[in-house]
Amino acid sequence: MEKIHIAAQEDTPEIVIDPAANRLAISGRSLPEDVALFYQPVLEWLNNSASGALSIEVKLEYFNTASSKILLDIFMLAEDKLPDARILWHYDQDDDDMKEAGEEYQELVTISFELVGY
Amino acid sequence: MNLEQYIKTSSSTTDLGGLHSFYRQMIDNNLLMIYEGEFSQEITRSVLNLTEKSFEMNNLDPGLRKKVVNVMIESLQNICKHQYTVSEAGKDGFIPAVFMIGKRNGNYVIITGNMVHKQAESILTAKIDKINSFDKEGLKQYYKESRLAAKLSDVGGAGLGLIDMARKSGNSLIYRFDEAEDQTLFYTLLVEISAQKDEE
Repeated sequence: MEKIHIAAQEDTPEIVIDPAANRLAISGRSLPEDVALFYQPVLEWLNNSASGALSIEVKLEYFNTASSKILLDIFMLAEDKLPDARILWHYDQDDDDMKEAGEEYQELVTISFELVGY
Repeated sequence: MNLEQYIKTSSSTTDLGGLHSFYRQMIDNNLLMIYEGEFSQEITRSVLNLTEKSFEMNNLDPGLRKKVVNVMIESLQNICKHQYTVSEAGKDGFIPAVFMIGKRNGNYVIITGNMVHKQAESILTAKIDKINSFDKEGLKQYYKESRLAAKLSDVGGAGLGLIDMARKSGNSLIYRFDEAEDQTLFYTLLVEISAQKDEE
C-alpha cells in the first residue's frame, strides 16, 4: 500500500496516510467547501486498508462544524474496525476551545485518545 | 448602523459625499469590514485572510482571535450554503447577502444578512430560541447530541453552525426577520464575541 499525501491548502488540511508507519495525520485548517468529498480518501482507506495499531494524529488550527462531524465519523470508524488504534489530539495551549473539542471526542470514543498540548 | 441604514447608504456611495458619510458611519460604528454580494468559498478565504491580517497587526489576543475567526467561518459558510435556496432561478439567480464585522466595547460583533423563505422563519426562530435557552454546559451537551445525530446535508452542512457560534461567542444569538419581497424575508443574525476576561 502506497503512502497518500494531500498537501495543505488555505482551507484544507494536510493529510498523510503512511501505511509503513501505520500513521494517519491530519493537520492545518479544515474548512473545505465539501467535507464529504475532501475526506473521502481517508474514510475509504480506513474502511478498506487500515489495520492494526494505527496512530491517528490530529493537529488542527481551525475546523468548521462539518469537519467536526467528519472527524467524529473517522474516530468512530477507527473504533469499530481497529480496537488497537490510538488517537493523538494536538492542541495549542492558548486555544481552550481546541482542547475542549478534544475532550469532547475523548468522552465519546473507547479507543485510546490522548490530548497533547503544544 | 442597522441594515436598513446600510442599504440606504450603500446606494449613494457612487458620489463622494455619500462615500464620506458612509465611511464616517463605519468609523462611528467601529465597523472593520463589510462585504456585500455573492458569497463563495473563494470569498470566504479572502474575507478570513483580510481580517486575520488585521488581527495580527493589532496584536489581538490569540484566544479571542480564534473565537472570532471560528464564528466568521461558520457565518460565511452558512451564507455560502444557503444563498441560493430562496432563488427560484437557482444558481443563476443568487440574491446578494451581507457580512459585517465590527467592535463594540472591546467585543467583536459579526452580523450577517441574507434572504430566506417565509417558511424558514419559524424553523430558525425555534432553533435559535432553543440554543439561547441553554447555559454553557447545556449548550455543550446539545452540541454533542446534535453532532452524534447529524447527517451531512446535500449542501454539505452538519446543522451545527448556529450552536457552535453560540458556544464560541459566549452570548445569546440575536436575530430578526424583516419583510422583503414576496415569500421572502431578510434574516439578520448578530453574534457578539466577548473579549477574554483578562482583557476587560
